[in-house]
Amino acid sequence: MIDTQSLSQHISHEFNKELEDVRGKLLTMGGQVEQQIHQALRALVEGDSKLGEEVERQDYLINKMEVAIDDECSRILARRQPAASDLRLVIAIIKASTDIERMGDEAEKIGRLAVALAGMDRPPHGYLELDHLGGLVETMVRNALDTFARLDAEAALAVAREDFRINREYEALTRQCITFMMEDPRNIRRVLDVMWCGRSLERIGDHAKNICEYVIYLVHGKDIRHTSLDDAERAIRAKNRAAEQAAEQAE
Amino acid sequence: MNDIPAPQPAPATATGPATIEQPIKASVRHLSFYYDSYRAVTDVNLDIAERRITALIGASGCGKSTFLRCFNRMHDLYPGNRYEGSIILRPKGLDIVARNVDPIGIRMRIGMVFQKPNPFPKSIFDNVAYGLKVRGIRDRRLIEERVERALRQAFLWEETRDRLGDSAMTLSGGQQQRLCIARALAPEPELLLLDEPTSALDPVATANIEELLSELKREVTILIVTHNMQQAARVSDYTAFMHLGVLVEFGVTDQLFTTPREKQTEDYITGRYG
Repeated sequence: MIDTQSLSQHISHEFNKELEDVRGKLLTMGGQVEQQIHQALRALVEGDSKLGEEVERQDYLINKMEVAIDDECSRILARRQPAASDLRLVIAIIKASTDIERMGDEAEKIGRLAVALAGMDRPPHGYLELDHLGGLVETMVRNALDTFARLDAEAALAVAREDFRINREYEALTRQCITFMMEDPRNIRRVLDVMWCGRSLERIGDHAKNICEYVIYLVHGKDIRHTSLDDAERAIRAKNRAAEQAAEQAE
Repeated sequence: MNDIPAPQPAPATATGPATIEQPIKASVRHLSFYYDSYRAVTDVNLDIAERRITALIGASGCGKSTFLRCFNRMHDLYPGNRYEGSIILRPKGLDIVARNVDPIGIRMRIGMVFQKPNPFPKSIFDNVAYGLKVRGIRDRRLIEERVERALRQAFLWEETRDRLGDSAMTLSGGQQQRLCIARALAPEPELLLLDEPTSALDPVATANIEELLSELKREVTILIVTHNMQQAARVSDYTAFMHLGVLVEFGVTDQLFTTPREKQTEDYITGRYG
């Protein structure tokens, strides 16, 4: 088990600083991608093509951050040879940065689709369903990054469970789109774009879930990828119990 | 000696039960060691896996070298030192630290290499042959065979085959250390103890020794004390972390260096103040 405090307790101040720096960079990158997703959604829902173009243009920022973070992490691995929780932190940061970068790519895609959709007829009710799905995804991304900042494994597990809801919403959206296309084939082009947007949002949810998994790995040293969340929860509970018992014994 | 039971898993401690899926070469049970009244090692329970490398790590003064030296009864050289508990050497079931066991007999079966290379002021050949002669081997052919084998095992044969008569002092530091390993290997020990074997060597000589260790473990059980945690992580199969004379955690090296169970271990291997 580690806590946020423990990052700053190395004998080497330089090492403290390096780990804090790279972790800070990852969270900044996360903040940037949150903003990108938000703007892409606004561009889409409000039919704002200028904003959509802006989102497309801004993606290079996230790519640049990913390269910088990877660079920093390889330097730490080579120079510090971190072990245990430090090693897990560096690994988790490398992996999370990849997922955040992919989220950025999806946001860019939504931005591009928003530009296209802005040039077509809008349905009478706007893009309510996408707005709803997007809201869920935005919250999940924010919470996933938050658990990374706080190194809160239990919260990470709860956030990971949200992915299930997003997948269900995405399925509902797909069904609705199929109905629209069957109702009037002239809708197909537009509705396909809407479906791609939904698909991108759903993918962003998957990446957020991955980040939650890295948080659990980072905190508990337990790799829960490709296991059910219920199994993961049991494993975390067992770890927590063992830690509590050890603490009691120490007292 | 025949009534000693089959190896039992080490008793569960605060660190959880030690799990070794390998035949066990030595079982340490409730071992404490005293320099007169000062207890330097406290109630250690540990199994040493056969033909594997077990590393002992810990800060200076944590008792790891003291613990290692119990294995060849080196502490008997000074009066007032005292062992409690047992170290059972498998498969024969001999208790290394039992009072009635002759330490000289133990040292005949267990080889040791120290921090600083300490070749005898003799020829390369005689250095390696020394242990054989002490053991009463007189057959020249046999001695030559065993010397060559030990030098080959220590990856020193190619470098020294044409100069076996030269003084061992003409070798470089890294070669001298490999010579000391060859000297320890020649009598075919059951257990090889290494006390910081590379801390006086440069990185290349260190890499050579580490490579040698990973080859040697096919044939010999190795117990190594090292200050260099990365070295323990690189070469060992099992790692034991000691602190203030107590075994804090013992586990498979991969696990101990990625997900240690104990906070003390975590603090030590990540370089935090504990």
